Amino acid sequence: MRYRLVARERASRPMMLAAPFIALGLTCLASLILFAALGKPAGAALHALLLRPFLSWYSFTEVLLKMAPLLIIAQGLAIGFRANVFNIGAEGQFIIGAICASALPVWYPMGGVPFMWPLMVVMGALGGMAYALVAAGLRTRFGASEILVTLMMSLIAIQILNYLLLGPWKDPMGFNFPQSVMFPRDAILPTLFAGARTNVSLYFALVASALAWVMMRHHFQGYQLQVGGMAPRAATYAGFDKRRAVWISLALGGIAAGIAGASEVAGPMGQLQRSVSSGYGYAAIIVAYVGGLNPIGIVASSFLISVVYIGGDAATVSAGLPVAATQVFQGMLLVFYLICLTFIRYRIEQVPGVAVRA
Amino acid sequence: MTGMPALLSMHGVSKRYGKVQANAEIDLTVEAGSIHAVLGENGAGKSTLMKLIYGVETPDAGQIAWNGTPVVLNSPGEAQKLGIGMVFQHFSLFETLSVVQNVSLLVPGTRAELSARIRELGATFGLSVDPDAMVHTLSVGERQRVEIIRCLLLEPKLLILDEPTSVLPPQSVALLFETLRSLQAKGMAILFISHKLGEVRELCDTATILRAGRVTARVDPRDHDKSELARMMIGREIPKISADTTHRVAEDRLVLNHLSLPSQTRFGTTLHDISLSVKSGQIVGIAGISGNGQAELAAAISGEVPVADAGAITLMGKPAGRLSAGARRRLGFAFIPEERLGRGAVPRMSLADNTLLTAHGTGLVRRGFIRRAAERALTGRVIEEFDVRTAGPDVEAGNLSGGNLQKFMLGREIMLAPKVMLVAQPTWGVDIGAATAIRRRLLSMRDQGTAILVISEELEELFEICDLLHVLHAGHLSGPRDPHVTTAAQIGTLMTGASEGDAA
Repeated sequence: MRYRLVARERASRPMMLAAPFIALGLTCLASLILFAALGKPAGAALHALLLRPFLSWYSFTEVLLKMAPLLIIAQGLAIGFRANVFNIGAEGQFIIGAICASALPVWYPMGGVPFMWPLMVVMGALGGMAYALVAAGLRTRFGASEILVTLMMSLIAIQILNYLLLGPWKDPMGFNFPQSVMFPRDAILPTLFAGARTNVSLYFALVASALAWVMMRHHFQGYQLQVGGMAPRAATYAGFDKRRAVWISLALGGIAAGIAGASEVAGPMGQLQRSVSSGYGYAAIIVAYVGGLNPIGIVASSFLISVVYIGGDAATVSAGLPVAATQVFQGMLLVFYLICLTFIRYRIEQVPGVAVRA
Repeated sequence: MTGMPALLSMHGVSKRYGKVQANAEIDLTVEAGSIHAVLGENGAGKSTLMKLIYGVETPDAGQIAWNGTPVVLNSPGEAQKLGIGMVFQHFSLFETLSVVQNVSLLVPGTRAELSARIRELGATFGLSVDPDAMVHTLSVGERQRVEIIRCLLLEPKLLILDEPTSVLPPQSVALLFETLRSLQAKGMAILFISHKLGEVRELCDTATILRAGRVTARVDPRDHDKSELARMMIGREIPKISADTTHRVAEDRLVLNHLSLPSQTRFGTTLHDISLSVKSGQIVGIAGISGNGQAELAAAISGEVPVADAGAITLMGKPAGRLSAGARRRLGFAFIPEERLGRGAVPRMSLADNTLLTAHGTGLVRRGFIRRAAERALTGRVIEEFDVRTAGPDVEAGNLSGGNLQKFMLGREIMLAPKVMLVAQPTWGVDIGAATAIRRRLLSMRDQGTAILVISEELEELFEICDLLHVLHAGHLSGPRDPHVTTAAQIGTLMTGASEGDAA
């Protein structure tokens, strides 16, 4: 017996909204089985993973701290994804953004530069954008796949970071550790709550979400990008500029990742380190898709993934889960979500025994 | 019914797809040795009926009997075993394989045997084709022959032909009819699906007429004239078009000056040295069978494929060959492509958002922001004025029928008040009433001074509305001809690639 997928006439809207929740449920179920197979206390692990972050105010502010970079990067990437421009290298743009922002405190370690942290955020944004636009140039000039170019440029970004931290930017008083000087006080983003590390980058992310929503819902440029993504030949027919879509998509993704990178060094890190990104650039891809590439959905999904990050830390301590468990959980969430989407858009049909012609 | 049972008889057959009753209580009887027409408009249920006979679909109710014995057909394989063969409207041949390779995919036997039988059948029934030719080198008429031969090799007793003449020039139609008559003489029954009244009257001895999924009449088509048959088919009179020939012709709006364009794809057509001009207040038609450069020419004129020589295309007197599609639209150019979904419209966007696709320059966007109220208002006007049958501007374009989507797109482009309009296959898949309305609309636009270029496979349509006719064959365009002093046969000769001298 053979089966095939047949496109449904129209995807059910309630099911589209339910899909992330179904995916979350399935992920929990699969995690329980996986954790139990690892010989860990599965119930306790899941409890730590999903509920612990809500049980204290401090861990909740940590969730918000994680959420800020994920949210802003995912908003930037989602715009490109809807236009069929796949920027997979937000990780690299994040790192370059962090490096560009760090230049200022590295050169002026005593501070005293007017508007120091806002300037750093702007430098981070410009750096991330410039780095992403290399891929736009290669794509529009030579037809190079932006997927491969952005992905590989992430590896280059890591090497640039290594070079700086092992060489010219290494803290002379830092006992030879590969990290920069600690940033002065005016190079650090203001925090939002006393006693918590959550900072103004959460506002950047929320403002970016609002802008993304307005652009995709009400702005003609957002409309053109969506037409290009849904029906490329209709975009050509209407005379929308394909190259412009590539430039805009990559620029926005790079700006968002660059701001996130700047906020990370000017925020919880307080210096440039080799571990500046804990995979935010890649996790944001999952955030964007689980959020249905919809600006409002992405706010929800970035919160969820942040909970899993913080809960995962707790679970490694309390339930002895391996560190990779968090990534496995996120990966399963994306896979289950994509499976759900497939069944919302298609149904399974049995192929009759005899070959059908035409 | 007396004596022998009929070859095929259907009784009370119904089929429903979702909300659409495609076939309702159909009775159909086909006798051996008869050429039986199934006549109906687009959407009348002809294709569904054939799918039921050929086992592609199974009926919800009713009986099918073969030689008087009730049968249940669950697949085309079972239908073929009984002796039913079908030639589809859209061919199912592999372009990169040879004729005999294509045939051997379906018919058992060695290549050599099959080649011999293909030649033999070709000689007997006037279906000559080279078994070793690659399919992509064949003309449409030859491909159809291959399809028919492939069916005949399975020795069917009933041959179903779905709109077989829609892809053929007039001369090939005559050849096909000869073939069908000789098959009939051997006792084969033929089901001939068509919406062309003249052909049915010429060829068929029985006609079952469908309207909205039901049989409305069963007649001998030779006993009725065209307008009577049309009335049975569409349920009312066909409105007449009165072409006003007194309009004035003024300046050149679209000029092609020795336009050449290499093929963009492997099986595409290269355009050779094409010249034409369309003036304001003029409809110029391009006849010819699709696949002879029609798609390439339309894309070159619209700017979807830019041309290296800027002067090869002039719009409103300005060289436009290197301009983008958007820049050409800003000069006053509008275009209705033959592919509606995915090119002329975005299937998963609402009609309102599909209006925005090309009408964004008409005040629907202010400072970069979409004015939703204006967008919906314009969409509402298009729906109303062009009789688009839909629930409203929020319906997704992909949910409209082909004919309604065509009316929507035509309305949208006309609302732009273009100076030059290019229309490819304006009435493809549109019912007769709407087709007449569309042609009338084109004529009134012409009378208001629009320059219109129409690319169409329907010769009758072109003769009805055009002031000048060209023929596109194998990437070459014939010189302009006056349709009032040219016959369909002359145009047909050009469509098959004979030189101009032969046709005159």
